Amino acid sequence: MADAAPPSKSRDLDKLLLRPGNLVGPTFDPGVQLRDDLQEYARVLVVGAGGLGCELLKDLALSGFKNLEVIDMDRIEVTNLNRQFLFRLEDVGKPKAEVAAKRVMERISGVNIVPHFCRIEDKDIRFYNDFNIIALGLDSIEARSYINAVACSFLEYDSDDNPQEETMKPMVDGGTEGFKGHARVIVPGVTPCFECTIWLFPPQVKFPLCTLAETPRNAAHCIEYAHLIKWDEVHSGKAFDPDNPDHMKWVYDEAVKRAELFGIPGVTYSLTQGVVKNIIPAIASTNAIISAACTLETLKIASGCSKTLSNYLTYNGVEGLHTKVTEFVKDENCLVCGPGVLIELDTTVTLEKFIDLLGEHPKLLMTKASITYRGKNLYMQAPPVLEEMTRSNLEVPLYDLMDKIPKDVLHATGTIDKDGKRSSGLRKLRVVFKGIDGVTDMDMAGGA
Amino acid sequence: MRVSTSIIDSGRYESAMSRVSSNEFTYCDEGENPIFGGKKKIKDQKLVGGNLALGNSMIDLKPTRVIRSMIRLFKVKEKQKELAENANGGSPIKKQTAGELRLHKDISELNLPKSCSISFPNGKDDLMNFEVFIRPDEGYYRGGTFLFSFQISPSYPHEAPKVKCKTKVYHPNIDLEGNVCLNILREDWKPVLNINTVIYGLYHLFTEPNYEDPLNHDAAAVLRDNPKMFESNVRRAMYGGYVGQTYFQRCI
Repeated sequence: MADAAPPSKSRDLDKLLLRPGNLVGPTFDPGVQLRDDLQEYARVLVVGAGGLGCELLKDLALSGFKNLEVIDMDRIEVTNLNRQFLFRLEDVGKPKAEVAAKRVMERISGVNIVPHFCRIEDKDIRFYNDFNIIALGLDSIEARSYINAVACSFLEYDSDDNPQEETMKPMVDGGTEGFKGHARVIVPGVTPCFECTIWLFPPQVKFPLCTLAETPRNAAHCIEYAHLIKWDEVHSGKAFDPDNPDHMKWVYDEAVKRAELFGIPGVTYSLTQGVVKNIIPAIASTNAIISAACTLETLKIASGCSKTLSNYLTYNGVEGLHTKVTEFVKDENCLVCGPGVLIELDTTVTLEKFIDLLGEHPKLLMTKASITYRGKNLYMQAPPVLEEMTRSNLEVPLYDLMDKIPKDVLHATGTIDKDGKRSSGLRKLRVVFKGIDGVTDMDMAGGA
Repeated sequence: MRVSTSIIDSGRYESAMSRVSSNEFTYCDEGENPIFGGKKKIKDQKLVGGNLALGNSMIDLKPTRVIRSMIRLFKVKEKQKELAENANGGSPIKKQTAGELRLHKDISELNLPKSCSISFPNGKDDLMNFEVFIRPDEGYYRGGTFLFSFQISPSYPHEAPKVKCKTKVYHPNIDLEGNVCLNILREDWKPVLNINTVIYGLYHLFTEPNYEDPLNHDAAAVLRDNPKMFESNVRRAMYGGYVGQTYFQRCI
């Protein structure tokens, strides 16, 4: 019996990339060229080398992407080993990004992964611009907010406020928590960005301080009492460090004492860690599912081989299995990804005149505006102490206050009078100075 | 008469020698690219169908849009780099988070009563750390001056401001470490609230202290059981003196 030739390594990928289909994107062109282009030209950054990051690196490498980079600031801990499968006991203490990159390159031939052992804020934003797609395996709102702001800062709008396709930096964002997870596609200017939908987050669980001090009812109250109140009483001045095992043990011991006093069961060391560090135990399969969804979206965006997720998938495996895709819409007034209002000015216009102009601009109608530019408060209407400190800027030309850059973004907050109704508003403004060398094409009005 | 509106440049129409240019390509008939046309026999092209439409467009001077596949976009990296350089002026930029912008809005709309004042110890550009002085003009604490420190996290307004009382005070809802029991700072915080509401909430603690949410249970018990003694304890503490075993610095 003749043996059939072993199936090609890219057999499954070929089914997607070499054949036409019914759900393909408008520019999909099946063929070997596409598969080769994916390997040669597509550059993907994986942010985070933890639960999701490990899975993402594996999935992306196996999906035909050959140019990957990964960034993570943490070192491997023993508790990671139940799901961050690229790591072994002897790797504990080493940087996650470096070990993950090495392991995947050992197992999958042809892939090249460059690790970065540092914080995401430590990289120049031009670093992020080198990638075509950014895949996120992060664990906090702040980190996602930061990367979202960076990716959206590359987006440029033309003078008709249309987003320009070449400047869109797609992101695929995944997140998991126990048996639940989400995967979403963010294309700045098209889909809602992270800030557009930040209202989706429920308020954080915070106990009243007096409950902790007087009337604890459950184990979490006892733990938080030790963490927030007793710690300062005993160690006043010394900051509590959740990563210091001695500190954590102290909190645990105090919580146990408190629980005994009130007859409350359930205080354990692992619950203490969970409450203090806000941790929910991680499940390997959730990470695998979400990472698979994210990788598939990355492949679809890069190749056009199918319709992309539009645009937010939620997964819940607590009881049975439930997934849903919701199409959220972007916020036109989003401070991060929105076009803002385009304003063209002479270099001689003073800050005071600029603030007056805002009141007359038909798209703004904003009076009593306070202006902020790149973290510098140019003028504040209130409180009186800040108004005094910034009053001298009023006579200075805006061009000088903006460090003589030909075009950039600033923000104004003030009273908006729309159809007789007055409300307070915060708006993004794209300022372009006329007649400066290098700005001949008004279509390139944009900013960071 | 048919005209063409768009054709797709999927990257297969370059000759081996002209891989560099992305502004021109030579198109050959739909499906007739000899390299990828499969088993079809190469034959002369006819001016019908898509070819005819393209020809009509050329004669009528109607532009035909060229759509590039995403992969082709990835190949054109030079343009992106150039755009980025123009936008930043070449140097790394300081990013302002959406939280900082929302804080800027809250601060610029502050409308404080005369009894409250605010100061920015780190200058006009650091709005994330500031101090508020409260000087109640009525109630048990009238005449005293109480200092609060505010620390705003980058995830504001998702997270409430962190407020601590820096003046040691004899108060049922403020403990001796400076922790403040105010619902809107903890369980009742909502992103729709702002700095103004927090400051008003703090002021209210002085005009209406209550024994029901105590952080200082001794003070709460005295307020509940013996308001006259509470009043004299408060005044003794404000003028500098002992209440029980604790010494309070003068703050009036």
